Amino acid sequence: MAELAAVIASTHHPFYYRASTATGADRPPFADEWVAKIEAFRETLTRAEPDVLVMVGSDHFHQLWLDNMPQFLVGKAPFFDANFHNEEREFGLPKMTLRGEEDLAAHLLRDGLDRDFDLAFSNELRIDHSITCPIITLRPQADLPIVPVYTNIFAPPLPQPKRFVQLGRAIREMVESWESDKRVAVIGTGHLSLELGGPRQFGEHGPDPEFDRKAVEWIASGDIEGCLAEVSLESLHHPGNATHGFMDFMLMMGVAGEGAKADHVDTLDLFHTMEAYFTWYPNGVPSTGGVSA
Amino acid sequence: MSKYLLDKFLFTVDRDPELTERYREDPAGTVTWWEAEMANTVLNCIPAEKTTWLAFTDEERRALAEHDHVALFEMGAHPFLTLTLFIALFERDHGPMEYQRAYGKAMEHISMPYPDIAT
Repeated sequence: MAELAAVIASTHHPFYYRASTATGADRPPFADEWVAKIEAFRETLTRAEPDVLVMVGSDHFHQLWLDNMPQFLVGKAPFFDANFHNEEREFGLPKMTLRGEEDLAAHLLRDGLDRDFDLAFSNELRIDHSITCPIITLRPQADLPIVPVYTNIFAPPLPQPKRFVQLGRAIREMVESWESDKRVAVIGTGHLSLELGGPRQFGEHGPDPEFDRKAVEWIASGDIEGCLAEVSLESLHHPGNATHGFMDFMLMMGVAGEGAKADHVDTLDLFHTMEAYFTWYPNGVPSTGGVSA
Repeated sequence: MSKYLLDKFLFTVDRDPELTERYREDPAGTVTWWEAEMANTVLNCIPAEKTTWLAFTDEERRALAEHDHVALFEMGAHPFLTLTLFIALFERDHGPMEYQRAYGKAMEHISMPYPDIAT
């Protein structure tokens, strides 16, 4: 069976690519610290020596649209082109092409349906920055095949938070029951408190630092029960109008497991949002080198 | 109320660079043309298989024609779509982050709960 080599949860900040590659007067003052934190985070994936990446993210009205909106969707294709015109325009993101792992995608679809997750699928999916940002930060050589898993955190009505946790648990079981000798990392990205297009956007910090502090504690300690007790579709409006992206972190907590303490935890307080990075090693920390905890 | 159609306008104009420029230079003309020619196109169907019933209200038409992002927010247009398109329209006329901050400040009178964006 396949081995779950690492579970990684991260914010996806579309400005990282531009900030990290800028030079001279264009380079923002926070870029060096940000790059250092990302490079340490990247090492946690490199050390796990993955062969395949399951990438959990959420399309931002790029390909998926309100005339036919899936709640959870698996991409099954030999290749995935990536990034859209408006992401190039606003964030300077490059066009990319990633290989797909169709055998694992087929397994997730079949096994997921049999576990009562009515997953949608796409055989021609162009992926957006919710998946390419973590490729850029964690695996910039973009050399590993992926299985994209999209969730709807964006276009209400949304699934309940507990459904994200349940899908995360199922993804773990399905990866670990995949008949393969491959090492799989599951990487998911979302947001802490975030406001986009509302009066609280682009402040000095994220719109709700207290929510962010609690969220990091829930994730780092694997406190799924505590998180589910406080978080609802209604409550997520309060920290910021785009905070439903936190449910992708809850999905990743489901992958990591109840009570699973993260082996790597890091944060960075940026203008308008807090960055947060977590890595778990379900089968123990890889022996080579040291991982900051 | 046709929140879906507002979102469809923002979505289709934002993703097409020629339409984005056209909406910046001639907002009222673009809204009139779009409602007549594009509003009822089903994006995944051939042109002949059009929808027969989608139309803006007068206030929706006005808000789009006047680039009124505050009114769009108050009507429940999806804030991500509005923000992304309006950054494309107007960020170029301002210093770094200046437009984004002004965009938020123009809405500072709006309190929780925000208008429902469900379509």
